Amino acid sequence: MGEVEEAVARAFREEWGRVVATLIRSTGDWDLAEECTQDAFARALERWPADGVPRNPGAWLTTTARNRAVDRLRRGARGAAKERELAMTTDPPPPVDPDDDEDAGVTDERLRLLFTCCHPALPLEARVALTLRTLTGLSTEEIARAFLVPEPTMAQRLVRAKRKIRHAAIPYRVPPGHQLQERLPGVLAVVYLLFNAGYAASTGDALVRTDLTGEAIRLARTLVDLMPDEPEAQGLLALLLLHDARRPARTDAAGELVPLEAQDRSQWVRAGIDEGVELLDSALRRHQPGPYQIQAAIAACHATATTAAETDWVQIAALYAELGRHVPSATVELNRAVAVAMAAGAAAGLAVVDRLEADGALDGYHLLPATQADLLRRLGRHDEAAAAYRRALALDPSAAEVRYLERRLTEVTTDALARRDRAAPRERRWPVA
Amino acid sequence: MRYLLLICTPEMDDEAQFDQDVVKMNDDYGAFMAEMGPRGVLQGGERLRPTVDATSVRVRDGEVLATDGPFAETKEQIGGYFLVDCADLDEAIEVASKIPGAKGGTIEVRPVWEMEM
Repeated sequence: MGEVEEAVARAFREEWGRVVATLIRSTGDWDLAEECTQDAFARALERWPADGVPRNPGAWLTTTARNRAVDRLRRGARGAAKERELAMTTDPPPPVDPDDDEDAGVTDERLRLLFTCCHPALPLEARVALTLRTLTGLSTEEIARAFLVPEPTMAQRLVRAKRKIRHAAIPYRVPPGHQLQERLPGVLAVVYLLFNAGYAASTGDALVRTDLTGEAIRLARTLVDLMPDEPEAQGLLALLLLHDARRPARTDAAGELVPLEAQDRSQWVRAGIDEGVELLDSALRRHQPGPYQIQAAIAACHATATTAAETDWVQIAALYAELGRHVPSATVELNRAVAVAMAAGAAAGLAVVDRLEADGALDGYHLLPATQADLLRRLGRHDEAAAAYRRALALDPSAAEVRYLERRLTEVTTDALARRDRAAPRERRWPVA
Repeated sequence: MRYLLLICTPEMDDEAQFDQDVVKMNDDYGAFMAEMGPRGVLQGGERLRPTVDATSVRVRDGEVLATDGPFAETKEQIGGYFLVDCADLDEAIEVASKIPGAKGGTIEVRPVWEMEM
């Protein structure tokens, strides 16, 4: 890539969202904003090689995109369009409504865009898609590929979401104080979902999937920059960095998932762990713990253990209990069971899992019998373990999990006799991927 | 921007319970009106008689078919509505959240399809 192309690519990563956000604000037209931003980047590719890269690429792109919008509105010359054109000739654009000063402390345009894209009145899948399209500039085709849906489906999802924003008058703003606290978790959830879509991928285009984790981290970084007083935003970024730091060791050469206990810790990205831990510490100093800070703390326990054996499972079990108090959920309790098993022995963990099974909230979820099976295996109860592995396999786990479960099933069935000869069952570390 | 706020609540079968609740409900709606009236968002609103008093009308092949009961047999039924004029959806959501029926029921917020002049 030439120097200029590189500059354009960098500007795309850094400025796309800001330019689109600024144009939506001044025109009120999402499609127009996207198209004119696209045009501005095309123009940069034409002009920058001859004129040189401007000192402030963002300002150049915004001005170019805005001029383009004015041109198009003028040519369109509809009544409403004329009005918007007039509104645009004053720079900076006038506030949309007089109450706008409410969010004066955090008026970055991208933040308005993010909160609007993540409005609870939009379907969750549309929030994610719209965030990617408008804030990170991924194309509809790329987003469709990342979420394994046909492109026309994704295109329609985006069209419908934008239509609803217009027809239901979803405001383009960062919600004021009292609503901000209600809405922020929804925004963080979309960013986390994006990350997980990239991170947990067992199918699909690997490259685009990796991009998703990168985009999620960038969005989380933006949130932290824009809302430095929100410890949960810091917690989310810390969580993503800590997960991402382990990525190089998560799959082996054959592309198989490597469980946490077996990962080569020298492959973990030190800089990511350090940054994550530092962010987490700074968030925790505010004494407003929340689900993302707690999950980041759990990730930090894993990431800072020099060996799997040194993992502080007592603390992790306590953190899962704390997480359960913030977001009561059966899957959190299942994770706690695993931590309890590591901290206090398989029997103690199994008791927690059995209670969950009786509760019925996780019926049909393969990780419940899978966890039971591993704990039973560790207790040397191989027949029961085999039955539990079979129950887990019947619940349609992912391909990588099927391979893991089948391997374990073979172990407990064919090695059962050999294992029974041993004085005690060999203690194995539980895989937490 | 105008929105129709449809108040969907479980219908009460038990008359005694109904009489007891109605006093409290009148108070609650009184407080709601007292807040929203001066704010100028309310454009209209009515309480509706229960669905046992409803009639559904369809025209099929030119024939008028009138049947007793509501459009859909669901647990929650439209018990009333407000027509409001709000700055945007967030304000409509805020107004809807203060309707007493939102506790225990559901308020459906429907933007009015404004006709272009």
